[in-house]
This record gives sequence, C-alpha cells and structure tokens, in this order.
Amino acid sequence: MEQHLPVLLIITPLIAAPLCVLVRQRVAVFGLALAVCWAVFAMAIMLLARVLDSGEITYQLGGWAAPWGIEYRIDTLSAFVLLFVSGIGAVVLSFAPHSIAREIRKDQHYLFFTEYLLCLTGLLGITITGDLFNLFVFLEISSLSAYALISLGARGGVPKTRRALIAAFHYLVMGTIGATFILIGIGLLYMMTGTLNMADMAVRLRETVEINGSFKQVNETRTVLVAFAFLSVGISLKMALFPLHMWLPNAYTYAPSVVTAFLAATATKVSVYILLRLIFTIVGAGFAFERLPLDTELMVLSMIGIVVASVTAIFQTNIKRMLAYSSVAQIGYIALGISFASPDGLTGAIVHLFNHALIKGGLFLAMGCLVLRLGSTELDDMRGIGRRMPWTMFAWVVGGLGLIGVPTTAGFISKWYLISAALERGWWPVAVLVLLSSLLAVAYVWRVVEAAYFQDAPEQHAEVTEAPVVMLIPTYALIGATIVFGLWTSVSAGVARQAAELLLEVTP
Amino acid sequence: MNPETTIKLALALPLAVVATTVFFGERQRNLRESFTLLGGVALFLAVALLVPAVTSGDRPATTLFEMIPGLAIAFEVEPLGMLFALVASGLWVVTTCYSIGYMRAHHEEHQTRFFTCFAIAIFAAIGAALAANMFTLFVFYEVLTLSTYPLVTHHGTEAARKGGRTYLGILLFTSVAFLLMAVVWTWMIAGTLDFRPGGILAGKADNTALCALLGLYVFGTGKAALMPFHRWLPAAMVAPTPVSALLHAVAVVKVGVFTVMKVAVYIFGIDLLKTTGISVWLMYVAGATILLASLVALTKNNLKARLAYSTISQLSYIVLGAMLANSWGVIGGSMHIAMHAFGKITLFFCAGAIYITAHKTEISDMRGIGRTMPFTTFAFLLGSLSVIGLPPFGGSWSKWYLALGATEAYQWPLVAVLMISSLLNIAYLMPIVVRGFFFAPVDGPEQPKMNEAPLLCVVPLCVTAVGSLALFFFADDVYQLLLPITLGSVP
Repeated sequence: MEQHLPVLLIITPLIAAPLCVLVRQRVAVFGLALAVCWAVFAMAIMLLARVLDSGEITYQLGGWAAPWGIEYRIDTLSAFVLLFVSGIGAVVLSFAPHSIAREIRKDQHYLFFTEYLLCLTGLLGITITGDLFNLFVFLEISSLSAYALISLGARGGVPKTRRALIAAFHYLVMGTIGATFILIGIGLLYMMTGTLNMADMAVRLRETVEINGSFKQVNETRTVLVAFAFLSVGISLKMALFPLHMWLPNAYTYAPSVVTAFLAATATKVSVYILLRLIFTIVGAGFAFERLPLDTELMVLSMIGIVVASVTAIFQTNIKRMLAYSSVAQIGYIALGISFASPDGLTGAIVHLFNHALIKGGLFLAMGCLVLRLGSTELDDMRGIGRRMPWTMFAWVVGGLGLIGVPTTAGFISKWYLISAALERGWWPVAVLVLLSSLLAVAYVWRVVEAAYFQDAPEQHAEVTEAPVVMLIPTYALIGATIVFGLWTSVSAGVARQAAELLLEVTP
Repeated sequence: MNPETTIKLALALPLAVVATTVFFGERQRNLRESFTLLGGVALFLAVALLVPAVTSGDRPATTLFEMIPGLAIAFEVEPLGMLFALVASGLWVVTTCYSIGYMRAHHEEHQTRFFTCFAIAIFAAIGAALAANMFTLFVFYEVLTLSTYPLVTHHGTEAARKGGRTYLGILLFTSVAFLLMAVVWTWMIAGTLDFRPGGILAGKADNTALCALLGLYVFGTGKAALMPFHRWLPAAMVAPTPVSALLHAVAVVKVGVFTVMKVAVYIFGIDLLKTTGISVWLMYVAGATILLASLVALTKNNLKARLAYSTISQLSYIVLGAMLANSWGVIGGSMHIAMHAFGKITLFFCAGAIYITAHKTEISDMRGIGRTMPFTTFAFLLGSLSVIGLPPFGGSWSKWYLALGATEAYQWPLVAVLMISSLLNIAYLMPIVVRGFFFAPVDGPEQPKMNEAPLLCVVPLCVTAVGSLALFFFADDVYQLLLPITLGSVP
C-alpha cells in the first residue's frame, strides 16, 4: 500500500471523477468528492514526509522500467507542490456547497465536482510525473477541465452575465496555443534525444554526438534551442507571465468564486513548477541562464509585469478582477525569484508559490462569501460591508496584508528572500522595485479597506448578514495559514530551501 | 521567577488582555476594563521585576523561535529597552484609567475594538523595547503601525479616513521603502542583526555606504517623525485623545526614536558614528526639524495640532542625541524618551479632558478654562514646564545632557538650536496656561463654577504631572540605569 502512494494519489481522483457523473445526486457527489480530496491531501502529506525522510521516490507505472515506461518521480519540490495543491484543493472544495448553490445552476453541480476532480488530477499529475509526454497529457486534462469549470459561471452566475463563456473561450484559445507550443517543444526534444523521461533526457542532452561532421553536445544543436524556446514561451503563457497574461483577468473575474479560488491558487503555480523542471532538471541552469539569456528575460518581464499589473489593479472597480491583476504581479515575483538563479532567489520563488497560493486562495474564498451575500464583486457594492460582514472582511484584510507583505504574514517571508537575493547579487534597482511594488499593493488593498469600513452601505445591501460559518471555516483555514506560515517557516521556507538547493545541486 | 520567564510573561500579558477584552466585549464592559487594568498593572510589575537584573549588569535574554532560518524572534533586556518598557507599561496603566473615563464620558462607539487594538499596540511596543535584534524590532514596529490604524481611524468619518490614509501611507512607505531595505542590507553585509554593544557594522563597508545606510535607517523610521516624513503625526490627531496621548506621546513615536537610538548605539556603535562623522548631516536635519516644527506649532490654534507639532520637535531632540554620537548626547536623548513621555502625555490628557468637559478644541476658545477646570489647567502648566525643560521638572535634565552633548561635539549651532527651541516652547505652551488662568471666559459669568472632567480623567493627568515633577529628583536613577549603554565608547 505504502509504496503505491504515488499512483494512488493520481488514480483516486481520476476514478472518482467519472463516478460523479454516474451518481449525479448532488449531496452524494459532494460527499464523494470531499472524501477524495481530503484523502489525496493526506496522501500528499505522507509523501512529503517520506521524501523529507528518505529522499527522492520513484515509482514505475505498471512495473515498466524507467526510460520506456512512465515513471513517477517525487523529489522535495514536487512533494511540496503536491502538498499545497492538494491542500488547497481540499479546503476550497469544503467551501464549495453554499457558494456553488448560489453561482452555478443546480443541474450542473455534478459537472462541477467532476471537472474539479479532473482538474485536481491533472495538476497533481503534472507535478508527480517524471515523463515529459505524460506531463503534457496531464496538462491537457487540467486545462480542459479548467476551461469547463470557468464556463460554469455563465449560467446562474453572479453577476448575471454570460461573459464567462467568452472568458473561457479566450482562455481555451490562449491555453491551447500554449499547450501546442509545449507539445512542439516536447516533440523536438524527443526527436533529438529519443526519450521522454526527464531524467534520461537530461543525461542525453549532454551527450556528444556527431552532426554534419562536427562533434557537439546535443543541447548545442539548434533544434534543442528551438525546442527550449517553444517550451518556455508555452509555459509562460500557461503561468500568465506578463505580457502573456491576457487570458487571466477575465477568466478569474467571470468564473464562479470557488473555481477562481482553486485555479488562482494552483493552476498558475503548477505551470511555474513545469518551468522549474524544464530549467533545472531537463536543460540545466547553465543552458538556460548562461548560454541563453532566460534569466535576463524573466527578470525584465517580471519587473515590468509587477509594476504594470499592480498599477492596473489599482484602477479596477471589480474586486475579483483587481485580485486577478494582483495575481499577475505575484507571478512576476515568482519569476523574478527564478531569474536570480541563486539559493535565496529560488527559495523565495518556491516559497512564494506556496505563500501566494494560501493568500490568494483565502482572498478569493472571502470574495466567495461576499458574492454569496452581495451578489456582486463591484467595489461600490462593498461599501460599508465591514460592519455587516465583519468576519469575512477581517479575513479579506488579513489576506490583503499578506499581499502587501507586512511582517508576520506569509507574504513577508517571500519578500524577504527576494530582497536578500537581489542585494546578494548587488542588483539594487531590483530590490528597490520589489519594495516599491509592495506599496502599490497597499494602494489597491486599501481602496477596498476604505470602502468597506469608512463608507455607508448602499440601500439595497442594508440587510446583508454575515456569511454562513461553514464557509468562514475554510476561508479562515487558508487565511490563518498565511499567518501561521508567516511566523513559523520551517515547513514552508525550510522545505523550499531544500528544494531550491536540490534544484541548483548545491550541498547545504 | 527567572528573568527569561518574566520576559515571556511581559509579552503574554498584553495578549491575555486582548483575549479577555474580546471575550467580555461590550456586554460586560466593567469586567472587560477591569481585566485591562489588571493586565496593565501586572505588565508593569513584570517589567519592573526585570530591573534588578539589568541594573546589576545582567542581560536576560530569551529566544522564541526562528522566523526565517538564521533570523530569530528573540528578546534581550538592556538598559535602553528597560527604560522604554518601564515607561510604556507604566503609562499604559494610567492611560487605561483615563481611557475608561474618556470613552464613557464621551459615549464612544466600538470600545471593545478600541481596547483590543490598544492592548495589541502595547504588546508591540513592549516587544520592540525588549527586542534582541533588528529583525524582531522591525516586526514589532510594523505590528504597531497596523494595530494603531484602527485606533487612529476610530471615528470612521471622512476626516478619520483621510488622516488614517496619511498615517498609514507615510509610516508604511518609509518602513517598507527605507527601513526594510536597511535591515536586509545590514543582514547582507554584517551577517547578523543582533544588537551588540559597540555595533556590528564597524569595518563592514566603506563610509559612503554606511552614510547611506544610516540615512535609510533614520528616515526609514518614520515614527521618529523627522522632517520631511512628519506629516503622519498631525494627521493622526483625528484619533480619540487617549490614543493621541499614549500612542502619539509615548508608544508609537517613542518606538520610532527608540529604534533610531538602538540603531545608533547597537548597530552602528557610537564610536563608529563619531570617528567616521557619517551622522553629522543628520544632526542638522534633526536640528532643522526641532526649529521648524516649533515654529509651525506656534501657528496652530487647535490644541491637539499644536501638541502634535511640539511632539515632532521634541522627537528630534532624541534623534539629535543619538546622532551626536557621544555619551552625553546618547544619555540625554534616551532620558528624553522618558521625560518627554511624562510631560507630553499630561498635555494630551489635559487636551482630552478639556474637550470632553468644555467641548473646546481651539486654543483661542480656552480663555478662562483655568477657572472651571483648575486641576486640569494646573497639570497642563506642570507638563508644559517639563516639556520646556525648566527645573524642577524631569525635562530639564535631558535637555541639559543634550546641550552638554552638543557642546562636546563642538556643534555650536546646535547648542544655539537647543536654546532657541526652549524659548519657542515657552512661546507656544505658556499662552495656553496664561489664557486659562488670567483671561476672562469667552462667554458666561466672570467666576464660573468649577466643572472638572470625570474623576477617571483628572486623576491620571495629575499622576503624570506629578510624575514629571518626580522625575527631576529621580533623574540620577535613570542616569545610572542608562550609563552602561555608553560604556566602551571613547569619552
């Protein structure tokens, strides 16, 4: 049993998803999905414990040996990502029932749970697999189900528009372009190395071969360069790195709240995971950062992205959209951390994956509470809500403080690492920019705070009451976690550091 | 009880008060406030328990946990922090009494939130006072900023929103853009953030870099209200008066100057500042702030606004003391933390008492106030004299040492600044008392009946007024307590 954990983690939700379609009955489906999600979370915890205890785990699917069969490979980084993706998945699903009752048509609820489980399967699969093509398959599973999840906001959605369909379609087009690029990249790499296993591919890329009479390493060929270009652009699209983020704001704004919370906290993070794998496991940091200027590109794009997205966020009147732009900025921080290619920078990037997942997940859950009661995500409708929904708004404010990165919240830990990494390199402007950008976050967070606490409620919301406790508990689980992991960082930053050191192959 | 446990207790007590305040809430407000008082007294006793150890040369320390690997939330009691913790916790008790009287007499809303945030703010101030490293100090500094925001904006009005925006904007901007940068930079070049006698930066960077770093620290500590980052302090005067009293005469602003002092003494080290001369330009910034803020205070007709600018001016005395980088300056500056706290809190208490009793905020309307509120006005006189620095009041000692420090540093212009500023203090504080006692009331009878503020307001302000008088006679104890922080430096 214990040695089959890696595959159980994937097939449990994968099997449960079609079962949901068969069962259909709403309560039963919810119970099934909830049980599966928490079980998956438990398995992820066990896996992380095992990895921390005894190092990397490999699992041969169906007993087929590695380069030929599909291999699951779990190192510290993947176990860490598995942990928070499954954790967020479980908490957000616990939040779902009341929220989807308001935002999704009743006859589509079983579809929601099915797609949710499929999406979770895909995201976990990407993280766990050691096989590049298998990764692509899981990427498509998660993406397709994500498109469908977003489009659920079109019927009975709040607000009553059908723009979720357009948003989902936009995401579908952009996501498919990204996926196609990734597939082309994988194909080219396969052509050059004859393998799809990542570890095996990493070895073969460094082999010397004879091409047109001259000897050179495989990764010096133009084909590999092109493959890398396709892959990095495709992945950047998926992770919404500025300026490839255009699909994200609408998708987050018009999707049902639960879906937004889940996708915002996990989907882009898993795409970053793919980028980390590509850079550090497959082609190697030397290839990406020394032969090719990916670090400079990431740094410049992320810095522009942080500023542009944060400033754009300040001017949004729809709070979900504001948080969506904030997500684009936060992805910028993560990419910036990667671009340092130093232990501190990479730790910052990885720990920010985790911290931002908690913060944004918590914030979007709080938004879900607001939508339930207000039926709107507009700033104008949030006026005076601090007095009527004190618990929800308090959670929102704490999450907002996390976005700003004030000490004792998780956001501060990430920021600390990023600034140290920048100063370690002597990149003063970068450090200054990271600090100033948190002030931009103050600007957009405080607009909401001032509206919620200092203005009078519009008349139609005079009777609004606090969200039900069953929704507040999951919200506070995530928001509370941002405080816990802002004070106690041996799991978050500690594991992230270990993962970063493994990726950079430095001994601690 | 060993000192380590006492430190933890001192940190836990304000949090316990938070818990009881939330628990009892609005429904049992007598219980709620009894526990606040009880917690305050217990906190003061706990802090006082640490004094013998510190005066005997011990430095009780405890580490709670590591927040980031290598960076621990740790506490160590040294003389400067000891003094500040004593002042903050002692005045918390007095202010709690005053707040109860004020808030009830004024029928303020959201009192539970008020007392909760108050306790969190004290927790942050005590944490900052006892911090063993710059990282811990920074964390508590920010907790203080955020926990006081709901207090500043307590009334929830448009004015409160605007004031709160300035308050938070400047304090967050300076602390994030400058102070955090300075902290990370120090961590990078020194490899530690511990407060150590003699500093941690000697020989770690060239003078230009150190000069920039010092600038980042001093301006980054927005709470020290050095010009041009002083606007938040008058803006914060929209708060209820007890908040202005404790937070903007004691806890918040003093955490600011305390941070500057700690940085000067334990991060840079007095000797490093003196030998390199990197702090000279900041002396003049502080000197300019002293004069300019006093001049602005003269123009203010609103009593709280005048007191706010007076505070800005007095805070720069302390910054100046730190930047003088000699033992007189440092001792004078540190002493001024305590002396000014007692004097200024008395003045704020009086302003609040006048407001809730006579409903007057403008100085021009306060003619004859001494006839209806003799105790309050007399206490105001005592507080003013201490802030001005006349004997026999506490303020005279700290200003004396500061003047000695400026002389020793051969900064004659700054000696002149100190003298002129004292005259300006007289000019902006004395007229209030004179109008109160010797001018006829604006309207009403010539000899009106006595109409004092509630007892819970008058007693605290008398206590602090007497305190600022008593400090004159106990100045030597303060001096002896502080003396060790300058040891090891060239006299």
